[in-house]
Amino acid sequence: MIEIENVRKSFGSLEVLKGINLTVAKGEVVTIIGGSGSGKSTLLTCINGLEPIDSGRIKIDGTEVHARSTDLNKLRQKVGIVFQQWNAFPHLTVLENVMLAPRKVLGLSQEKAEEIAVKQLTHVGLAEKLAVYPNRMSGGQQQRMAIARALAMSPTYMLFDEVTSALDPMLVGEVLDTLRMLASEGMTMICVTHEMKFAREVSDRVAFFHQGVMAEIAPPEQLFDAPQNAETKKFLAATH
Amino acid sequence: MFNTALSWSDLAFLAQGAGMTLAVTAVSVAAGTVLGILFGVIRFQVGPYWAAPLTFVLDVFRSVPLLIQLVLGNALQAIMKLGWAPFTTSCVVLSLYTAAYCTEIVRGGIDSVPTNTRRAARSLGMSWFQDMRYIVAPLAVRVSLPSWIGLTLGVMKDSALVLWLGLIELLRASQILVTRLQEPLFILLICGAIYFIISLPIARLGGYLEKRWSPND
Repeated sequence: MIEIENVRKSFGSLEVLKGINLTVAKGEVVTIIGGSGSGKSTLLTCINGLEPIDSGRIKIDGTEVHARSTDLNKLRQKVGIVFQQWNAFPHLTVLENVMLAPRKVLGLSQEKAEEIAVKQLTHVGLAEKLAVYPNRMSGGQQQRMAIARALAMSPTYMLFDEVTSALDPMLVGEVLDTLRMLASEGMTMICVTHEMKFAREVSDRVAFFHQGVMAEIAPPEQLFDAPQNAETKKFLAATH
Repeated sequence: MFNTALSWSDLAFLAQGAGMTLAVTAVSVAAGTVLGILFGVIRFQVGPYWAAPLTFVLDVFRSVPLLIQLVLGNALQAIMKLGWAPFTTSCVVLSLYTAAYCTEIVRGGIDSVPTNTRRAARSLGMSWFQDMRYIVAPLAVRVSLPSWIGLTLGVMKDSALVLWLGLIELLRASQILVTRLQEPLFILLICGAIYFIISLPIARLGGYLEKRWSPND
């Protein structure tokens, strides 16, 4: 379970998270929508400890992320994150990209790591690309590789930060299909997205962020069809 | 008809000088690179404010002419009664000189690795050291290699200045022969050719590695 309690975070004088509360249960899919600068992406990077927080608490399975005693490297093995920019390791082949962390972080043998990597790459439809270098692939393929790379660590939770925003519209579909597949397999996911149709389809709950505040959170039918908050209404009207 | 007093034993003498040039260069570049990597990582890691004292010292080594550094270094070791041989003094001074340049090359290389790529590595549970070792180092080396090859070739030529401390390296050996045989042009031509021959493999190594890496980047 991911528990976010009253989290505040500022960059300089700009407060980007103004007291966020959110609990995500195992197996749940929560999507976060909202305009740029509403704090959605920052929240994800705080959840796996890439960004410090100013106050409040984030707990993952009871472990406080920002406590001094927490071994973040260990905690991050549980929480996979995929970014808007896929951040392939350009000097490694697709297979090596996915194998690296299982080998070095989990300490698996070459054979075992390769087995896992091949399985995950097959899962996201890249079985043909094992020996290829990332720059020889399309953005969508690289993004699917990044997903496989995160999955190879067998995380309990997956965070997706606008994973389709930097993609050619033609390539968005293949990445969303991968996410749909994960959701249907019962992966616990928090997705920040601008894809409203996707959010409606896969989410158990949808949260709307506005200027650092979680303005509304509800099951998708309710949030999209009968939003309560004035800002949510405005946002949805603008995106439809 | 071309006529020269240069004998085989004179050529052997030049070869010995070249050996000294190579030895001083190898030791200085090796030590300077290790120090440069260390200083470069420190400079990148602690930020400009905390690294200011280190940056200042390195700036001194980069801006004061090497000849002055060698003479002062030699005088300093004498004053401090360290009893260093000219070879040791030469290598110590040249190593620091190399390290000063190498630090900037390393820092630039690390800087060239996108923050997001490093974040991706850390988000997979890699430690700072693992990120450095498996992601930053290979990518930074690709970026830094041409400058590092240039530095190595530069240090090899600059190492001629150690003749002022009495070491008989390639240039000094040539000078001795010039004085004795009075054939400056011919001997300096040979001397230059030897510098070229020992530089060539280093320069080619750089080209080879760049070519080997380029299809992937």
